[in-house]
Amino acid sequence: MGFAYFPHTDEDIAAMLGRSGLSSMDSLFSDVPEDVLFKGGFNIPDAMSELEVRRKFEELASANVRLKVFAGGGAYDHYSPAVAKEVVSRPEYLTSYTPYQAEVSQGTLRYIFEFQTMMSELTGLGCSNASMYDGPVSAAEALLMTVACTRKKSRVLVSATLLPQVLDVVRTYMKFHGVGLTVIPESDGTTDAAAMEKELASGDVAGVLVPGINRYGIIEDLDGFADSVHSVKALLAVYSDPSALAVIKSPGEWGADIACGDAQTLGIPLNFGGPYLGFLCCRKEYVRKLPGRIAGETVDADGRRCYVLTLQAREQHIRREKATSNICSNQSLMALYATVYLSLMGPEGLRQVNRLSYGGAHYLHDRLLETGLFSEFCSKPFLKEFVLRSSIPPEKLHTALAEHGYFAGLPCGADTVSFCVTENRTREEADGLVSVIKKLV
Amino acid sequence: MKYYDKLIFELSRKGRKGWSLPENTWENTPEELPDTLKRCQDPRLPEVSEPDVVRHYVNLSNMNFGVDTGFYPLGSCTMKYNPKINEETSSHPGFTSLHPLQPASTVQGALRIYRELSGFLCSLTGMSAFTLNPFAGAHGELTGLMVMRQYHISRGDTRRTKVIVPDSAHGTNPASAAVCGLEVVEVKSTSQGVIDIEDLKPLLDDTVAGIMMTNPNTLGLFETEIHGIASAVHAAGGLLYYDGANMNALLGKVRPGDMGFDIMHLNLHKTFSTPHGGGGPGAGPVGVTAELAHLLPAPAVTAAPDGCCEVTGSPDSLGRISGFMGNFGVLVRAYTYILMLGKENIRKVGPYSVLAANYVKESLKDVYRLPVQSLCKHEFVFDGLADSGTGVTTLDIAKRLLDYGFHAPTIYFPLLFHQSIMIEPTETESKETLDAFIDAMRKIAAEAESDPELLKSAPHSTPVRRPDETLAATHPVLGYRFGEGTE
Repeated sequence: MGFAYFPHTDEDIAAMLGRSGLSSMDSLFSDVPEDVLFKGGFNIPDAMSELEVRRKFEELASANVRLKVFAGGGAYDHYSPAVAKEVVSRPEYLTSYTPYQAEVSQGTLRYIFEFQTMMSELTGLGCSNASMYDGPVSAAEALLMTVACTRKKSRVLVSATLLPQVLDVVRTYMKFHGVGLTVIPESDGTTDAAAMEKELASGDVAGVLVPGINRYGIIEDLDGFADSVHSVKALLAVYSDPSALAVIKSPGEWGADIACGDAQTLGIPLNFGGPYLGFLCCRKEYVRKLPGRIAGETVDADGRRCYVLTLQAREQHIRREKATSNICSNQSLMALYATVYLSLMGPEGLRQVNRLSYGGAHYLHDRLLETGLFSEFCSKPFLKEFVLRSSIPPEKLHTALAEHGYFAGLPCGADTVSFCVTENRTREEADGLVSVIKKLV
Repeated sequence: MKYYDKLIFELSRKGRKGWSLPENTWENTPEELPDTLKRCQDPRLPEVSEPDVVRHYVNLSNMNFGVDTGFYPLGSCTMKYNPKINEETSSHPGFTSLHPLQPASTVQGALRIYRELSGFLCSLTGMSAFTLNPFAGAHGELTGLMVMRQYHISRGDTRRTKVIVPDSAHGTNPASAAVCGLEVVEVKSTSQGVIDIEDLKPLLDDTVAGIMMTNPNTLGLFETEIHGIASAVHAAGGLLYYDGANMNALLGKVRPGDMGFDIMHLNLHKTFSTPHGGGGPGAGPVGVTAELAHLLPAPAVTAAPDGCCEVTGSPDSLGRISGFMGNFGVLVRAYTYILMLGKENIRKVGPYSVLAANYVKESLKDVYRLPVQSLCKHEFVFDGLADSGTGVTTLDIAKRLLDYGFHAPTIYFPLLFHQSIMIEPTETESKETLDAFIDAMRKIAAEAESDPELLKSAPHSTPVRRPDETLAATHPVLGYRFGEGTE
């Protein structure tokens, strides 16, 4: 019997072999050395029907526990509009390739152009690419870009207040690329500006990466950072949460040259860590060092407005080892998701997301302090995520809360835990979390 | 396909909304943040109603060609059918709602998928361990090259900073090597389109970290000297990297591990049927031999003594290359695909893809120039029309194919020929579809003789025709020009 994805009948196979001048299916591999042909059995199950696959997934899903999400740490449980999922499921988007043939890819090219515009607006920087893999990789690419833009210089500075996974990925990329990396220490929960000045003065710095909102949820005051960085002819990159940029100062407004980060916060489901949506924006003068796909506007043979992939001389398929990056596939469909999300939300909807997250986070923050089990870690302003010192050992608290159905109190240090509240959480759920914590002791 | 000329910004009217969120009843609001931290100027995001948003993106989608629309013989991209059950399983709320940092005890179902999928990929490729963290093929290449470098560095062999890459390789190969801090040394292909071991040997010294190879190569030809190449590279102390972009040809029939490769990546969005999504998200898992397994990136999923899965990282790991553990949703799709096929059907993937490619090649080689006359694997390359005197180029042929309702093949790659047309039909296309494509290609060859102008001015039936790429690059407009109109 055949198989649902293979249209070949015995007659088809015979006719196709005949046209190819071949006698058997085995002869299709007559150019392969005999001892390389695999003759064993594969260690995979027998074919399943769709019904059996569905049952298998129900069984697998039942081995997971859906928790009420009250923590972030780089992945945030925001509201996903029904329309976004519906649009990205359309097969014309889902089953298309990178838009090399512009004539039959105007759908993809237009949403990339819209995405670029929206990311430029949010970050306050003139140019955006079509997406990167995730936030941490976008941070690594941002730093490699600072090295490419400043030539000769071979060291970058990164703030200790970046998310740990961002620091880890950046370390890996810089180590193999041969770029020196110095971590700027933190001071009272934010990047130590004086320490940065000292490092800048010691020379050879191509770029500096700091968070807009840091691993403790604190909104960093980056006043003066751009001037300091620019004074040694280095570039400033800000790791940003695009959702928050509806209300907090944008990288462009801080005077930064590059913005990077993860746009998962634009309604993309948690998905156990992926697919998410890295982004990378820069000032116009650096666009030729920007990695990845870029869509641009032009006209066609009949003078109609249309869109193409452009400035491709930056890219691997043209420049090979001299390309600005090796990136080829990106996260295009997730960029569509974010574009549809931002179209629905508009400036006011995105502000409402921040109001609800901010209000909920500050409510939970105050209720947790009232329990007497937690104390303030830092009094600087935060948006939706915050860190407290915990009298309960962090690992113990986190595990116990998971047993009660909450993902909360993410261990953040020896005696600190982080919480996060988004618009998906209600007052009742926050009260429920607080009462569970009270019962733990 | 119908031309539709709006951008979402042009549908925007102040006061319209497309969102639906609860009333704000909290006491604190972000307005209380210090002014120094607040945004001064609102982002100019569109203000549009929900039905307008839906109609806009449906109209845009109507200008797109996908595998579900029609035949997509894009060489080296393996545009096979993307099964719908994969979409269903990957959107199961029991998985999409999981936070990546949840305690392992609450995500055992998800972690089992990692373990089982890694095991399936090991069995299908002959490798010993896989990381599923890389996000795409090029990311897999970079990760694999990091493993290669880390291997040499961990043995104190720090001089190995060169990597050999054939001139026929995908552009990502040399680009990934450069990002990894390796120097690229190119090895030329023979007139038969493969690597000659005698050309390779002089390049092998103690500064070579290894070689990157695609087998079958980008001409769709099996590198028959693979055993000799593997021995020579290993004898010189180097490692062999397998670019899995062309793995579809071999799936179920030949395993890279059995050819002597030490490190490889797979493109799950090619060989394992996950949708390309207009350029991602994909997944580029990296497999290695047992000797290299401890170097793979962190985090990794391993078995705890009690049989449960846990998330760990080897102390010798090259480091972290992703925020969390890859594009999980894509991994679920590939896992589903393997379950659906099962151990017997999966043996047919490579053979059927090779059958389709040879059938199309043999049906067209009298009217298109076939530079290398031999059995091909899953794809093959023509060098333009057999009659080079018509003035019709590969670009013209590609554009005319769009009029016939087919996506164009990959064009002007590989760089070995001036008029490359790279065709990969895949195993999920029926003989009728292939026959219709062959028919269109033959008609185009005839049109090149009778009416070359028809081809020069093609396409004629698409929403737009031959965009001015030079204008786009010389006068870049990379975002909507608010208030300046659009002309």
